[in-house]
Amino acid sequence: MARTNEFRDKKVIGALLARIAENKRSLPSPCRIMEVCGTHTMTVHRYGLQSMLEKAGIEMVSGPGCPVCITPGEVHEAAIRLVTENENVILATFGDMTRVPTHLGSLQNAVPAKGSAVKIVYSPEESLDLARQKRNKEIVFFGVGFETTIPSIAVMAKAAAGEELSNYSILSALWLIPPPLRAILESGEVKLSGFLYPGHVSAIIGQEPYAFVAREFGFPGVIAGFEPGDILLGIISILDQIREGRPRVANEYTRVVRPEGNPVAQALMREVLEPKDACWRGLGVIPGSGLKFKAEYSAYDTEVKHDLRITARGIDLPGCRCGEVLRGILPPSRCPLFAKKCTPESPCGPCMVSFEGACLVHYKYRGPKS
Amino acid sequence: MKKISLELGSGGKSMRDFIARTIVPAFKNPMLAELLDASHLPGRIAFTTDSYVVDPIFFPGGDIGKLAVNGTVNDLVVSGAVPQYISLGLILEEGLEWNALEKILRSLKAAASRARVEIVAGDTKVVKQGQGDKIYINTSGIGKVIAKPRPKLIRPGDKLILTGTLGEHSLAILTARGDFGLEARVQSDCAPLTFLLPFWKNGLLWMRDITRGGLATILSELTEKIPYPLLIEEDEIPLSKAVQAASELLGIDPLYLACEGRAVLVVPGEKTHDVLARIKKNPLGRKAAIIGQVEGKIGRPGELLLRTSAGGLRLLEPLSSELLPRIC
Amino acid sequence: MCLAIPSMVIEIDEVHRTGKIDYLGTKVKTNFALLDDVRIGDWVIVHAGFAISRLDEEDAQETLDLLREIAEKS
Repeated sequence: MARTNEFRDKKVIGALLARIAENKRSLPSPCRIMEVCGTHTMTVHRYGLQSMLEKAGIEMVSGPGCPVCITPGEVHEAAIRLVTENENVILATFGDMTRVPTHLGSLQNAVPAKGSAVKIVYSPEESLDLARQKRNKEIVFFGVGFETTIPSIAVMAKAAAGEELSNYSILSALWLIPPPLRAILESGEVKLSGFLYPGHVSAIIGQEPYAFVAREFGFPGVIAGFEPGDILLGIISILDQIREGRPRVANEYTRVVRPEGNPVAQALMREVLEPKDACWRGLGVIPGSGLKFKAEYSAYDTEVKHDLRITARGIDLPGCRCGEVLRGILPPSRCPLFAKKCTPESPCGPCMVSFEGACLVHYKYRGPKS
Repeated sequence: MKKISLELGSGGKSMRDFIARTIVPAFKNPMLAELLDASHLPGRIAFTTDSYVVDPIFFPGGDIGKLAVNGTVNDLVVSGAVPQYISLGLILEEGLEWNALEKILRSLKAAASRARVEIVAGDTKVVKQGQGDKIYINTSGIGKVIAKPRPKLIRPGDKLILTGTLGEHSLAILTARGDFGLEARVQSDCAPLTFLLPFWKNGLLWMRDITRGGLATILSELTEKIPYPLLIEEDEIPLSKAVQAASELLGIDPLYLACEGRAVLVVPGEKTHDVLARIKKNPLGRKAAIIGQVEGKIGRPGELLLRTSAGGLRLLEPLSSELLPRIC
Repeated sequence: MCLAIPSMVIEIDEVHRTGKIDYLGTKVKTNFALLDDVRIGDWVIVHAGFAISRLDEEDAQETLDLLREIAEKS
């Protein structure tokens, strides 16, 4: 099914952009759309859509949709301490987590204690396999993610409990997408015309959790997939909603997202986890914006098991302005460190590290200077 | 107290900084300072050394023995020398199976005779269990210098030829480790590049084997030596189906994956088609392609540019950090 | 990372709700615990080793038709 190529076809993209430009002309005000998900940011830049959209009068703003980025430094530091101060701990995590700079360096340049190691995994399942195979090691899965990843982490905790794996726990940084949208809207810091909702978060949670954006704040929004064609169709929908004066939650990713989301995943999340007030990098504490393990799963919660007592403040390292980038108020290229002191080779903050980080995406896909 | 971390060996910035700031000044001499794949010594002798710690020691398409010969042979070839003699240093972990060692020795011998080099000196050490991992190999190699890479003669319009598909070695190692739950029909591209030696006598200006850091890193390094930008075309870069699929599934970029039997050549514009045709005649160069050129119009000096399939231009950076340790 | 590649289910272990998906001949171990009633031959969206949604082929076709229609009208 090599169908995805048709979503990237030059002719299709050209036609969609022409339609966007035409629809935009009939609207009086500037049009600024926040792409909430880091992978949307990536598609927009990788295919050079942002400059083409600018010509059509559409400005794209990156939002807080990078879990690696919004996880406060203190959580990353707790992970570094676990593996450097304790023997025989294997800390399994996703690749870009290992390079986030903190006051203690990064997981990649940390020197683990004797018998300890950092292991990069693609799936949370690999961390559980490690715990099954290496019973003499303590396996910690450093799991970060939005609703897309959270259900799989719930499955891991349930499986560990079912198998009574005493050498496994999860250091979790689990984030919900709708609460920061509310925080961004309530702060009014950034003038927006609409939201591009993340496709795969929506595959889990469905459409309803975004309804408040239109109902309470009157902003259009659309669930979109990750191909260039998907994103441009989404923007057309936002323009339609503005023109009709009928903001709602549209869905242009029906091939993957059902209106109700994924009920199996939702039930698993409810069974294992409960909401908490969480501190985001740049955004501070947002009520009900994170999830933690319920008491019956505390044996698998690294924070409880290893008595970590993490106090997150969500502020950046000196000089770094990732927090403002995540709030959508500072375009990466206007950060004084961008592409000067801060590069992918020596990143000053997480947004220059993560594959979905706005700074890395802007840096990586920048064109030659003319 | 500062300690060595894995990042130092990651092939990224910290390793380059370590070599430039610590190693080169410590042993200051003009031959080392050039930082070529092999140093050219007085008497037209080329000399190089490399250590192999690949995990696992057996992988589809090769093993640590084959790698240890070809890696060193290829360093000599791309420096402009005909490989002649190789030394073999073995560090064995107590408990390594005899069968495994014999198999590796057989493959060292086979690789040496294929590359027409002789293993003429050696050393064996055994370390306690847990103090090493099965087997590490060091090979040093000597060759006869027949040419010197001439980056200063590179001009706009010269072409870049890639001798084959990218990334099969990295993917073969990943698959053999069972990392990321990945299964791919792929063989390491590990092979000697001696078939490229004749081109040194035929106008070839520069050549590098594509190892750690991949094509993008190696061409970025070239842009530091020449006053022109380089432009490569995404659509022209040969990729196997397996590497393409794995890259999309895991979100990795094949331009940064390692090979152990591929090279990129800079050839004067007028000789390109002749050189390409001759490379393609060799079974190891069957998929060779012209992937780009030295630019005279687009971009600025020092830039490595990629024209994407979608038609846009973007800058390519050297690899920041290898996330896949011990691939060679 | 939200890689949006639809892949085909080729192997299922009903007990552990795990199996494999295939994309262009490359296979990846996948957990199916988040989907009810997955069958061999289904097209799924996989995120970090977990199938999170089934691909609706009719809807996919509709979106494609829409894209083509826009391209042809231009």
